[in-house]
Amino acid sequence: MNFLSIFVLIPLLMLFGLWVARNLNQVRGVMVAGSTALLALAVYLTYIFIADRQTCDDPMLYTASFDWFPALNIKYSVGVDGISVAMLLLSAIIVFTGTFASWQLKPLTKEYFLWFTLLSMGVFGFFISVDMFAMFMFYEIALIPMYLLIGVWGSGKKEYSAMKLTLMLMGGSAFLMCGIFGIYYGTGAATMNIIDIANHTGGAHAFESGSLQNLWFVFTFAGFGVLGAMFPFHTWSPDGHASAPTAVSMLHAGVLMKLGGYGCFRIAMYLMPEAANELGWIFLILTGISVVYGAFSACVQTDLKYINAYSSVSHCGLVLFAILMMNQVACTGAILQMLSHGLMTALFFALIGMIYGRTHTRDVRELAGLMRIMPFLAVCYVIAGLANLGLPGLSGFVAEMTIFVGSFSNEGAFYTTLTIIACTSIVITAVYILRLVGKILYGVCTNEHHLALTDATWDERFSVVCLILSVAGLGLAPWWVSDMIGTGVSPIITVIDSAKEFLYVPF
Amino acid sequence: MSYTLFILLLPLISFLLIGIVDLDIPKTGKVWSHKVAGLIGTASLGIVTILSYTTAYQYFFCTPRLSDGTLPTLVPYNTTWLPLGDLHFDLGILLDPISVMMLIVISTVSLMVHIYSFGYMHGERGFQRYYAYLSLFTMSMLGLVVATNIFQMYLFWELVGVSSYLLIGFYYTTAPAIAASKKAFIVTRFADMFFLVGILIFGYYTQSFNFSFAGTVEYADNVAHFIPCNPETALVKNAAMTVLPISLVLMFIGGAGKSAMFPLHIWLPDAMEGPTPVSALIHAATMVVAGVFQIARMFPIWIEYAPQSLSIVVWVGAFTAFYAAAVACAQSDIKRVLAFSTISQIAFMMVALGVCLPGHGEHLNHSGLGYMASMFHLFTHAMFKACLFLGAGCIIHAVHSNEMALMGGLRKYMPITHWTFLISCLAIAGIPFFSGFSSKDEIVTACFQYSPWCGAWMTMVAAMTAFYMFRLYYGIFWGTENKEAHAHHTPHEAPWTMTLPLVVLSVITVGTGVVTTLGGFLHWEWASFGSIVSASGIPYTVHFDPVVASVSTVVAVCSILLATWIYKDEKQPIADKMYAAAPRLHRWAYKRFYMDEVYQFVTHRIIFARVSRPIAWFDRHVIDGFFDFLAWGTHKTSALIKGFQSGSVQTYAFWFFLGTLLLLLIMLF
Repeated sequence: MNFLSIFVLIPLLMLFGLWVARNLNQVRGVMVAGSTALLALAVYLTYIFIADRQTCDDPMLYTASFDWFPALNIKYSVGVDGISVAMLLLSAIIVFTGTFASWQLKPLTKEYFLWFTLLSMGVFGFFISVDMFAMFMFYEIALIPMYLLIGVWGSGKKEYSAMKLTLMLMGGSAFLMCGIFGIYYGTGAATMNIIDIANHTGGAHAFESGSLQNLWFVFTFAGFGVLGAMFPFHTWSPDGHASAPTAVSMLHAGVLMKLGGYGCFRIAMYLMPEAANELGWIFLILTGISVVYGAFSACVQTDLKYINAYSSVSHCGLVLFAILMMNQVACTGAILQMLSHGLMTALFFALIGMIYGRTHTRDVRELAGLMRIMPFLAVCYVIAGLANLGLPGLSGFVAEMTIFVGSFSNEGAFYTTLTIIACTSIVITAVYILRLVGKILYGVCTNEHHLALTDATWDERFSVVCLILSVAGLGLAPWWVSDMIGTGVSPIITVIDSAKEFLYVPF
Repeated sequence: MSYTLFILLLPLISFLLIGIVDLDIPKTGKVWSHKVAGLIGTASLGIVTILSYTTAYQYFFCTPRLSDGTLPTLVPYNTTWLPLGDLHFDLGILLDPISVMMLIVISTVSLMVHIYSFGYMHGERGFQRYYAYLSLFTMSMLGLVVATNIFQMYLFWELVGVSSYLLIGFYYTTAPAIAASKKAFIVTRFADMFFLVGILIFGYYTQSFNFSFAGTVEYADNVAHFIPCNPETALVKNAAMTVLPISLVLMFIGGAGKSAMFPLHIWLPDAMEGPTPVSALIHAATMVVAGVFQIARMFPIWIEYAPQSLSIVVWVGAFTAFYAAAVACAQSDIKRVLAFSTISQIAFMMVALGVCLPGHGEHLNHSGLGYMASMFHLFTHAMFKACLFLGAGCIIHAVHSNEMALMGGLRKYMPITHWTFLISCLAIAGIPFFSGFSSKDEIVTACFQYSPWCGAWMTMVAAMTAFYMFRLYYGIFWGTENKEAHAHHTPHEAPWTMTLPLVVLSVITVGTGVVTTLGGFLHWEWASFGSIVSASGIPYTVHFDPVVASVSTVVAVCSILLATWIYKDEKQPIADKMYAAAPRLHRWAYKRFYMDEVYQFVTHRIIFARVSRPIAWFDRHVIDGFFDFLAWGTHKTSALIKGFQSGSVQTYAFWFFLGTLLLLLIMLF
């Protein structure tokens, strides 16, 4: 048994533990033990991966494969490269902090954590898989619990939001499934394993002629794009996030949305490089719109979670935008942005949840002067905001700068123009973040009910401090993460570059 | 000189220390921890100041000069922070004349402000937070000036922006402070976007973020070797020659935002909402000159690749200098007068850089006068303007108001403040034997070399400067004493922690002034600023142009006399007459020619109302509506056809036979 499978095994054990748990303390004990184990495993994996990467040239490390459904060549195959290690680390951090962020959640705590754990199992499974079908299956495992988590433990228009989110993401996965089977039959490689497909004809021209590569590319990219909140398929995000409970928002925006970007890069771009080169510009325009459009929308929202959801649309748009720039630096930046956005948006949602838990409102117009009332949360909120607007020393800056430098190195007025348009988002981000800070944290509190509120409890502090340390760690010492991700990106970029030579590229 | 690293690390450590301790202060001690926070900050700054002076001493006096007499560029520390493919993003420390000079300026003013704040901020809520921010700012500003590449400069550029935001919003419960901090950050951020795009263009076409071209700088043995540029190898494309001016101008826009050049100046007057020592440190002496410093830093590239574009700098600077001086003449809030004066003086530095063109002098690159004058003025201005702001702080501390109307006659109550303020006013007005004279005179000389019109224009602005500064001086210290306002509370001199920095800064002002004025007339080589800072690095001795020097002195004295005549007495009939003659002009100048209203209109009426709101509406109603429509359509369709699934055998049989009949008909025909 390959040790990567432990990432799936731990959540399974946790599920069992939760099932037999008799009271709240036992439930919490299982969650803390499990999520700590996951975090430790992820850190360990990162550590040995960096060491082993030096000595090994394979695209994927620690691979293993088991026959699962031989008739369709479906296998359970695992393996990691720099990108997936980064994503696993991110997921482990979010699951760990999410556990503490939902420490006091009531009612039905046990059931809540059951679904929460199932969701995280899907996420971990997705990132360790290298078999398209296994990935798809884990993807679905991650999506379904979301419906219940929002529908049962959510707030506001939770039934509507849960339904909308699930239906839209399911619509995306329908496209995705078509795309996956299109790839399977199109390449004729008789395998679902991503690496095998890519190596099947040495990268480019993996598809047989007349196999509608362009169509499957659109299906796959759009399918994952729905989860990556690509314009115009992003509207599940504001409603879904607004209604979801704290830790679910954290996990969803922090990790689940990253499945979209990861899938786009790993499956759509890697396996269909010709189509990516030919049609990439269409999606590039759409994601460019996402970046600016999300930021402008966020400027006039009044619900804290809506602001953050639109901000996520903008930042995740930047992820897909950078991926479509199709060069080493930009794609490394995209993965960095996934990490950075995952951490800081989780931080944001955690803080919003804590503020909402006290004030029972998320309306910007009803909140003021929280700095005096809950200084700890307010200071953390400012830090999260500064990370969001790209303050050096925090993670956002590193990711954005890598993306912009990378995007700018693409020749042609088309790419240059789009990059400059994307650059404007840093100003608009500052506008909505500072507006928010000025309105809810600064000023004088006039609502007397709010005056009696207390600051964060220890579990909340712990969760928030962990996230801030991660954000600052990435922001202060980005070189090792950047190097690690770079090793994962370069094989994919090589494939895409080799496909470029055969093609007429419109720009 | 590896100890220079501590110049950056110490303030960072004290920021983290004070910042983290601050979080738990409400529960533990009160006054004790206040003092400790202040002491930690001040002590670390004291060490930084000592290190900076040591660095300066070693650099200027102990480092052997190169064969042509230039000082070498030292790089004690440089490391790759973020690899970006072929490019890489380094952090390090670069020592050359201007960065070492800036180290002196920043550490001196910052130390003075740290000491001063002990008295000024005494008993304020958030005392620790204040010192934490000050440390953060100092670290960022020092990092900015010692940057080894343009990207490091941008990184610290953003950090100073944030520290400025936090400090302007220090009194975060008051609405003007919130609005001002937001405005400052967003306006400078807007400008920074251009800076960033400029950097991206620069990085792409030259394959380097260095201040010189790719492959032309090698960092080895702690010394940067500048190799003459070879366009064939250094530039990716021939297009670089046409693209570089664009890149430099974009960077200049970033600098103009930070340095409050028209029309991006609107944030600076509002930034006066922050505590006064902060205004002295950030919004007068150090951060706002970052734009000037940036151009000075990129100057070799400007001169080589975009000499024509420098005229943009001249135009922007010359207009801003005049505009700000005109507005300063009509303001009534003493800090705003000083703020507009700062804008005007920074514009002087900008103009000086812009007029420093090749071909106006003995050597191609060595006309150097404007460059030298700009850096010299940066130095002298930092000292006397910080002194003015700190003096204003003492006055505000005594009167509890910023309004000139509530002051008057304060010279009796606050002698130290009065004398130091007067010295600084004389310096900024450009009276010989005060530091402002030497530097401003050089700027005007350089302007006259560039074009007589430019020289005349700047002389006029210099005259306005002397006028509004003495209007301010007389308004505060002479004129009518406002007995009503002082009835229950007699103004008093500030404590020693506040007056000591005033004295130190004014001593520097007078000392520099006396030495350089005498040196300029008597051609002392050692007393010439040109011997340490010049455009090409080759030292030269400053010679005052007797015509320019006498003209500008006469002009300054006349302006001061005019201001004395109008504003010195208790009754001011001439001022009233002037006001009655042109009330609209006064109103326009008082309202800063309605620039803020223009911005208000653009941001609220256009960006928010015409862009953001429609986009948000479109998102909720059109895009979201479409998906809701899909769901609704599915629902309705299923409602429509669900009747077929009736469960009644007769109906099924009926449809079955109808279908069979239809098929039969199709097959038959």
